[in-house]
Amino acid sequence: MEELKKAYFIAKKDMGAYYLKPPLISWGLMLPIVFVLAFYFRNPTGIKEVVPGLIGLTLLFSCTSMAAIVITFEKRIGALERLLLAPLNFRTILLGKTLGSTLFGLMVAVFITLILIPIMGLSVKHFWAFVLIFIFSGLAFSLLGILISVGVKEVFEAMTMSNFFRFPMIFLCGVFFPVSSMPFPLPILSYLLPLTYTVDGLKHCLLEDKGMIPLYLDLLILLGFVFLLFSLSLFIFKKRIRQDF
Amino acid sequence: MGEVIQVKDLTKFYGPMLAVDHISFGVKEGEVFGFLGPNGAGKTTTIRMMVGLTQPSSGTAWVDGHDVMKEPVEVKKTIGLVPETSNLYGELTALENLIYQAELYGVPRKERKTQAIQLIEEFGLKEHQNKPFQKLSRGLKRRLTIAAALIHHPKILFLDEPTTGLDVMSARGLRKLIVDSKKKGLTIFLTTHYIPEAESLCDRIAVIVKGKIRVIDTPESIKAQVKETEILEIGLDRITEDLKNKLLFMEGIEKILIAENRIRFHTKKLDQITPPVIKVLEEQGAKIETINTLSPTLEDAFVKITGLDSELMKIDKPMKAGPE
Repeated sequence: MEELKKAYFIAKKDMGAYYLKPPLISWGLMLPIVFVLAFYFRNPTGIKEVVPGLIGLTLLFSCTSMAAIVITFEKRIGALERLLLAPLNFRTILLGKTLGSTLFGLMVAVFITLILIPIMGLSVKHFWAFVLIFIFSGLAFSLLGILISVGVKEVFEAMTMSNFFRFPMIFLCGVFFPVSSMPFPLPILSYLLPLTYTVDGLKHCLLEDKGMIPLYLDLLILLGFVFLLFSLSLFIFKKRIRQDF
Repeated sequence: MGEVIQVKDLTKFYGPMLAVDHISFGVKEGEVFGFLGPNGAGKTTTIRMMVGLTQPSSGTAWVDGHDVMKEPVEVKKTIGLVPETSNLYGELTALENLIYQAELYGVPRKERKTQAIQLIEEFGLKEHQNKPFQKLSRGLKRRLTIAAALIHHPKILFLDEPTTGLDVMSARGLRKLIVDSKKKGLTIFLTTHYIPEAESLCDRIAVIVKGKIRVIDTPESIKAQVKETEILEIGLDRITEDLKNKLLFMEGIEKILIAENRIRFHTKKLDQITPPVIKVLEEQGAKIETINTLSPTLEDAFVKITGLDSELMKIDKPMKAGPE
């Protein structure tokens, strides 16, 4: 409980210091709005089919935007040392950083979702699964960003690496076209990426169960990604701190 | 009083380079203990190992009864560290920084703001409390960083080169804050390369050079190690050739230096030569305007113990990139 409280304080500070700032908010909102407009103008009738993908993309980009650089950035300015001096274990620090970016990502994604759903005339089926997809995906994407941030030394490396992961995911994860329509061996790669399960789960909830994988599996796999990415981030974070400090 | 810090055979290698070489010492509760040495001596590395920021290559460190390696979180609850670079959060205000630190250190919710405001007032930061940290001057940043280290009432305060880079007035003010903190019963461990600072603030000093501790003792005892030659300085209204000749051949005087109207007598027998010298001066009709004894300073002792040029101690480290 004490750990969770302190993680919350870290998240709260990060929200105020980094996330709730105009540049990040505008970046978080701009990307999905641009994609929505691009698809709408290209194919107004077919846009409903890509709404799950667009929401998934929004979550991905808004959760990873700062997460991927926050630890590297704070290490560079000496602020990370301040956290390491406090009576916090590594787990709490990572949890705090993850929560901050997840909260921000969820805020942006929920905002976009609340606009898209009524405009497109969609309705939400499996409401609680829908909520869990948001939460698990937000955590998984934030942790992907955190993993990048702990694994590199410089901020520009973190930005490069995060784009290296994010942009291919746009094409590999069923955002704009189904995974099943991709040539072999691309689907193998798709099933190794968390965004695939986000998009698939959202298709179940928004498009009358048009997802390829059972909904419960989407949720379980996303949860699995959360644990895997957290464990990996923690391992690399500890190693990196011991090397650098 | 028992020891609140115990360090045994603490060693740190950075690759092949030995930064800290099997050092051992203890710090008593309530004392101000100083680590004095030139840049690169291993002072910062030692302090970082003691607060759990850097892993030692070997050896042990116990702080307030907890093994730093095995119980780092427990150790951090009882200590405050003021690092060399003032690294609070630039975008948070002075008050917000203190409240955030209070949150991280588990200060009860009801006390956080009260504590923060009290420290703001105590450290003379009231008119700056709503300014972002990055907009404060270096001296104010340093004061706030010390305040942040005290927000949770630590038992032990670690200060790494607290006055480096500060102007004279800010440094003076900071030293007063350190003295005031000591009066409240805080145990203070500080590192410095300013010999006068170590002498004025510390109850005991460890002189460290190239990772090795050369001596641990009180400033007075360290100075006593070089109490061989003392200096009697007398200022006169005039100095005649006759007077010089009379003084030159007096017993017990090793050297005489004359500059303008001042004479310095170098001697190992200060108590014995002073009366005869004054008698000669009076007989020659010289009017004594000033009279001083100049004892060996800590700087003299440091030079003798370490073999280093005291000018080396006056060089500040280049400032690291950071919030400052």
